[in-house]
Amino acid sequence: MSAALSVRGLVKEYVPGKPVLRGIDLDFEARGISAVIGPSGTGKSTLIRCINRLVEPTAGQVIFEGRDLVKLSRAELRSARRRIGMVFQEYNLVERLSVMENLLCGRLGYVSPLKAWLRRYPGGDIARAFELLDIVGLGDFAQARADSLSGGQRQRVGIARAMMQEPRLLLADEPTSSLDPKTSVEIMGLMQTLAQAHGFPVIVNIHNVELARRFADRIVGMTGGRVVYDGPPERITERHLKEIYGGEDWLE
Amino acid sequence: MARTGSNRSAFPPDWWARGAWLLLLVYLLYAASHLELTPARFAAGLEHGAKFLARLFPPDFRRWELLVKGMVESLQIAIVASALGSLLSLPLALLAARNLMPVWASWPARAVMVVCRSFHPVIVAILFVKAVGFGALAGILALTVASVGFLGKLMTEAIEEISLKPVEAVRATGAPFASVVTYAVLPQVFSRFVGFVSYETDANLRNSTMVGIVGAGGIGGTLFAAFQRFDYDFVCAIVLTIIALIMAGEVLTVQVKKVFRA
Repeated sequence: MSAALSVRGLVKEYVPGKPVLRGIDLDFEARGISAVIGPSGTGKSTLIRCINRLVEPTAGQVIFEGRDLVKLSRAELRSARRRIGMVFQEYNLVERLSVMENLLCGRLGYVSPLKAWLRRYPGGDIARAFELLDIVGLGDFAQARADSLSGGQRQRVGIARAMMQEPRLLLADEPTSSLDPKTSVEIMGLMQTLAQAHGFPVIVNIHNVELARRFADRIVGMTGGRVVYDGPPERITERHLKEIYGGEDWLE
Repeated sequence: MARTGSNRSAFPPDWWARGAWLLLLVYLLYAASHLELTPARFAAGLEHGAKFLARLFPPDFRRWELLVKGMVESLQIAIVASALGSLLSLPLALLAARNLMPVWASWPARAVMVVCRSFHPVIVAILFVKAVGFGALAGILALTVASVGFLGKLMTEAIEEISLKPVEAVRATGAPFASVVTYAVLPQVFSRFVGFVSYETDANLRNSTMVGIVGAGGIGGTLFAAFQRFDYDFVCAIVLTIIALIMAGEVLTVQVKKVFRA
């Protein structure tokens, strides 16, 4: 198998006996955007957080670059996380730090805590941060405090922070759910462009089915902690959506 | 069943509350009589107070060298104790924060703070005077202990109120724990810490004028001696200087907070 990421038999129970994920098996290719859709509370966020172990899986394997992340020690996990970028629904920036400092958070896995505290980053990291700010269209905002930005700008900073890690995989947890429709399209487009340019796969949880159809190369439909659809966006039908979200009134 | 018209009351009497007020009044009267707090005693006290006030004025600043020496020592005790207290409180507060640390780390840290907060600084000062001898060192140690108890608790609560979203994001980058703290935790609480430390410095300034009474250095010793010699005009000079110092401290903390955008 040449999958970039393989999830095998992934189970997560927050409360013993009540699984949120009931045995997920998924392989992700080295390229392309995979959109995970499904109703709220079906475990999409849990799935994505089990991949980089922000949430500890109860059982199963997460194989990334040939190693099972679930079995790694804390130090090994940190070094694996350095290569997995993550983008969040509420951006999760450090509000009181500048945009530049937020971007450099993406390098914290590589810089010693003392040097990071003293802001003594390698010149290459800082040059890359400025470059990325230009790419995401925030070239003039390096010194602005993160809490002075709009939602769309914050998410661009979030994406740039993930890009600072030079990721081999990008996880995005509802990256557009707090944004207006136009900004949502821009953010998805930005992630698509960056993923194609740098050649890493993206796994994105998304509520907006239209947005998923437009940008994803593959859609994974989840309901009740299981995968019920896995295929290209053009083959997903109303029948599938009914199975994923339940009911049908909302489709009309 | 809706009651109508005349028997609906907008403000029904609360007999329990009225009873509680009555009990409180009865107890106050009892306690006052027990302590022989009679109008006659009060009048005698007022007369004595008037004589005392008359002897306070005019303040006597002739022994200003003694005054300045004591005030400078008090100020130094306050500042050194605040700095030491802040430095010790920060790691302790990080250990005590239950949202970052497991129970086995947070409980001992909390216990240390509770012990530090258990006694009034003057009592701690008496202990340190016995332990390390008379002088400023005892005062510094006593106020450091008090600062750790107070700052530690406030800082812990501030850390427990932070948003965990940036913490999650920084952890996801593979950052070591120390960097998670300096990038995701401290920026969220720093301005509040500046406020806490300036408040504690203010409290230490006041307390440092008092620990001298038990021999732990500073203006308090001079003040106590002046009282005992009935040099009330010198007492007045000392008290006025202390008030001026506290006011100057107030102005200074406002400026410090401005600088740190707190």
